[in-house]
Amino acid sequence: MDYTTLIEILGSTLRLGTPLLLACIAGLYSERAGIFDIGLEGKMLMAAMASGAVAALSGSAWIGLAAGITASLLFAAIHGLASITFRGNQLISGVALNFVASGATILIAQTAFGQGGRTPPLDGAARFQAITLPFAEALSGVPFLGPFYAKVISGQSLLVYLALAIVPATWWLLYRTRFGLRLRAVGENPESVDTAGVSVIRLRYTAVALTGVLCGIAGAYMATSLQAGFGREMTAGRGYIALAALIFAKWRPWQALWATMLFGFLQALALRPDVIEAMSPGSLTIPVSFLDALPYLLTVIVLAGFVGRAIPPRAGGQPYVKER
Amino acid sequence: MEKLPAWADLVLVPLISLALAALISALVVLGIGGDPIEAVSVMVKGALGSAYGWGYTLYYTTSFIFTGLAVTVAYHASQFNIGGEGQAQLGGLGVALVLLAVDWPHWSVALLAASLGAAAFGAAWAAIPAWLQAKRGSHIVITTIMFNYIAAALIVYLLVEVLRPVGQMDPATAHFPASAHLPSFGEIPGLSLVFSKQVPVNVSFFLSIAACFAVWVLLWRTRLGYEIRAFGKSETAAVYAGISPTRVIVVSMLISGALAGLMAVNNVMGESERLLQNASEGAGFIGIAVALMGRNHPLGVFLAALLFGFLYQGGAEMGLWTTIPIELRTLLQGLVILFTGALDTMVRMMLVPLFRAAPMKRIGGAA
Amino acid sequence: MASATETGRQATAAPAPRPPAIELRGISKSFGAVQANKDISIRVRPGTIHGIVGENGAGKSTLMSILYGFYRADAGEILIDGRPTVIPDSQSAIRAGIGMVFQHFKLVPNFSVLENVILGAEDGALLRPSLAKARKTLADLARDYELDVDPDALVEELSVGHQQRVEILKALYRHADILILDEPTGVLTPDEADHLFRILRGLKAQGKTILLITHKLREIMEITDEVSVMRRGEMVATVTTADTSPEQLAELMVGRKVLLHVPKGPANPGREVLRVSDLHVTDALGVERLKGINLTIRAGEILGIAGVAGNGQSELLQVLGGFAKGTVSGMIAVEGAQIPAAGKGATGQTRRQIGISHVPEDRHHLGLILDFAAWENIAFGYHSAPEYQANALFMDNDAILRDTEGKMDRFDVRPPDPSLPAKSFSGGNQQKIVLAREIERNPVLLLVGQPTRGVDIGAIEFIHRRIVELRDAGAAVLLVSVELDEILSLSDRIAVMFDGQIMGERLPAETNERELGLLMAGVARTAGAA
Repeated sequence: MDYTTLIEILGSTLRLGTPLLLACIAGLYSERAGIFDIGLEGKMLMAAMASGAVAALSGSAWIGLAAGITASLLFAAIHGLASITFRGNQLISGVALNFVASGATILIAQTAFGQGGRTPPLDGAARFQAITLPFAEALSGVPFLGPFYAKVISGQSLLVYLALAIVPATWWLLYRTRFGLRLRAVGENPESVDTAGVSVIRLRYTAVALTGVLCGIAGAYMATSLQAGFGREMTAGRGYIALAALIFAKWRPWQALWATMLFGFLQALALRPDVIEAMSPGSLTIPVSFLDALPYLLTVIVLAGFVGRAIPPRAGGQPYVKER
Repeated sequence: MEKLPAWADLVLVPLISLALAALISALVVLGIGGDPIEAVSVMVKGALGSAYGWGYTLYYTTSFIFTGLAVTVAYHASQFNIGGEGQAQLGGLGVALVLLAVDWPHWSVALLAASLGAAAFGAAWAAIPAWLQAKRGSHIVITTIMFNYIAAALIVYLLVEVLRPVGQMDPATAHFPASAHLPSFGEIPGLSLVFSKQVPVNVSFFLSIAACFAVWVLLWRTRLGYEIRAFGKSETAAVYAGISPTRVIVVSMLISGALAGLMAVNNVMGESERLLQNASEGAGFIGIAVALMGRNHPLGVFLAALLFGFLYQGGAEMGLWTTIPIELRTLLQGLVILFTGALDTMVRMMLVPLFRAAPMKRIGGAA
Repeated sequence: MASATETGRQATAAPAPRPPAIELRGISKSFGAVQANKDISIRVRPGTIHGIVGENGAGKSTLMSILYGFYRADAGEILIDGRPTVIPDSQSAIRAGIGMVFQHFKLVPNFSVLENVILGAEDGALLRPSLAKARKTLADLARDYELDVDPDALVEELSVGHQQRVEILKALYRHADILILDEPTGVLTPDEADHLFRILRGLKAQGKTILLITHKLREIMEITDEVSVMRRGEMVATVTTADTSPEQLAELMVGRKVLLHVPKGPANPGREVLRVSDLHVTDALGVERLKGINLTIRAGEILGIAGVAGNGQSELLQVLGGFAKGTVSGMIAVEGAQIPAAGKGATGQTRRQIGISHVPEDRHHLGLILDFAAWENIAFGYHSAPEYQANALFMDNDAILRDTEGKMDRFDVRPPDPSLPAKSFSGGNQQKIVLAREIERNPVLLLVGQPTRGVDIGAIEFIHRRIVELRDAGAAVLLVSVELDEILSLSDRIAVMFDGQIMGERLPAETNERELGLLMAGVARTAGAA
């Protein structure tokens, strides 16, 4: 594989890793607060449909983004209601909402546009366009780093840069602020927070809402930036892969960046059968199906703990019952 | 929280949950410009209004019984098996390999062999997530979901590259030999008076009812069932009692996977008579709703599967004859899971005032 | 005596030199049909240590939860420093100057001491200034009250005694004037308990008011100024400590004369039933929990294991019961035959097969499946027993049911309904179900952990009697208890565990609580009373 190809793949790694990163950080807020969220997938899907539809109707990617976040927040609110207020089973709630999203997105898109559950193709201001960073052109001649800057770092959509900025922001919020201290505490031992006179319920709803916002951005990115419009089941398991990345990252923001980019790299590679073929030994061809399954296989391997063991937040998944 | 009488918990809670899910679905139908009343009447007419409709309803019911039982058995061992879909697809592979291997003398022999193949492949597909859960603590919910995706990719690969007969365009196996044809209800003496020949419901319906009974016996009459239920209620106590967690997790998941795999006898052997892509058509996921709605009891699973068979067939008719997209089924299914599995406390709280007047048993005391 | 009549209430409103720090008037609280607190009234004078005693389930914890805003009283009034105060949540309790040290600490294990202290009491949105301020305040508090803790240590790495100090520091950091401590010495060594009492006296000297909830009468006598007694949700008396005696308090708690000693003849030890040599257990985190245990028990004797909770007793029971966690080495022999200490051959099943029964420490998480019916619990652990099988495939549920009826009758389990789930029985009756299951197997060795924890007094006598009867029938009994009284009255020999080791063995007649207490604290193995 030559350097130009590598640069291409890395650029596409960043593009494909971004929704995983956003969803992974989304899951981080929720799980750090002690709420499991299998429903990242459904929230992303809802957001993708809502943003795709609204961007198509309004012609504005920004209004689409707002619609995506709203749709995702609605689902986050239901998940919060089920897991925080009614102390239901968080796993089942997430799974259920994924089905609801799967049905509702097609139902709405089909009714609104009659294009087999897709939203109309987006162009112009209805999409987040690539942004060329300063000096990208001028520096592209610099050996090695030049093309990397021009083709990988530069030329991404605004939402990619936003996602990258969210990583340090999350780190700062988590470890340097009062909110972060309380958030981490409520996922470890909600009683410590409750007896300190801080509302467990409000903290957890806040975390779930943050999850909703970030999943909303992730979904909107899928429909208005990565692709030009919403298509059936377009998230294709990314919500689950993000969860695996979160475990891989041991619930930490910087590690989440590396984990999601690794998975993004794999997805980028799966899109380049030519590269795979060139790298395959001898006459052995790797079937496309295998590349499709590779991220899921890797997720299983990660979950199996063969690559680093992780201790989840202690109170994760358990509804908080106030009891002496 | 105040307690409900046991019968209300068993019967009323699922029914109210269903009513809520239906209500929201009706609102969605209204929202997208449809007519819920028309939708319901089309569904009832299409699914229950004729022997032909019943033939499909019971056909879907058969599949959902198997996948619902699969979720139930795992659930009693506190394992949430979301992998029914992938296990059912692998079950289909097992059926296809068995039936294509030899020319079977009689459908009954073929049924037995295909059942074994389906169960074995389904169980094998559940074995890895089970082992990873038992030995490595990998969350079974996520691994089984991953295995659904991997199963889909595997089946596509096999159908496109390996099992597709030369010269055939569509990714599918060859047709099974005619000797392996399962009698449909239209071909069974007696039943054929009611059903026409074309209905897909077939003898595997009886197999699914036998499976209900077998699961009930397993869970409530055998040592293994006792151990599964004990482990599912309290892992620490089970270990104290000398019950091996690894054994319970793996064995219950093998049974669960086998049941999900057995579904293929109905759809692959009984209906399509060759293995197609995505043969299970989401029945593995509907099993979750069926199990939750059926309160994880085989009798409940049977009733819930019947209900979902109706919804599935009715939904298909609705998609055909009204402007409402067929995906309403998925939405309804998700809502049923949400209300019965996650918002059940809310449903109970709605019911409590109704029972407040009645005298109540002592509630678990303070301290 | 506290009174709650109308006239009584008016009388309490009369002017006083300094109002009570806490005054409760007619507090009632019900959970469904259970009335946990009935018309409770109490006055706690400022600057005193006030004890509240009562049996398990007497309503102490509910009352404290109402004071700390966890529950809302159905009726009644709370006055803090003479001002009527409504406490709907913990925040309000903290604002009213109330600090609470719970029995189970409310700390975040992987946070530092400082982070735990400021949690919920931060100054501003950023952490750094809050942490700096807390560091300074903590240094002052450490100096004033003997409350030294390393502010940067992670809580999970601290000893239990130090964790408790963090809880006290949390309350003081929030300017608590009233400190409530719930069963504070349950997890402490006598030494640590003494230190705690010094801290409490120091706080009292500074004018703080302390409410001490305990069921240990010795502590009440040692440190309180006044004591209130609760029984079955009611406040039955408030007396000056100097004017009362442990016997009087015990009688008030129970409502009748208490039999403090079990009638039991001398032991008649026979052959050696259990021999344990050089037993080591290292847990998954690499901490050595048992450090070379050696012990023997003969048929017909009770070996009591005394010790503060968490010194390896649980691990000892787990290994002997066949469900050790972590790495195990050493030798276990039962009736002369060596049995595997861990691994494949060491399960609850194989242990039961050779006649080891086990009444575990924690009946809710080990001994019972709370959602299972009583009859299903009677088969628990013995579900493979031949008499419970109908044939090779199926269990004989009717046989289990009949057996359960007999056991419930002989052990006086109430209500005697085998189909009720275990969770709907009281603590004492739950324990009787476990005991019936384990004792009626006529084991050669009975392992018993905390047999009377959370059990009402009536059932305690019954349970003790059954254990002694089993001994007299020739069984070897290993009794683990954190209650010294229980150890002293039941055991034929006493071994004291500290830090995974046996510090020494004593005969009950030749020792006393003080000597055992020193051993429990890990003080040298000197014989005789100091």
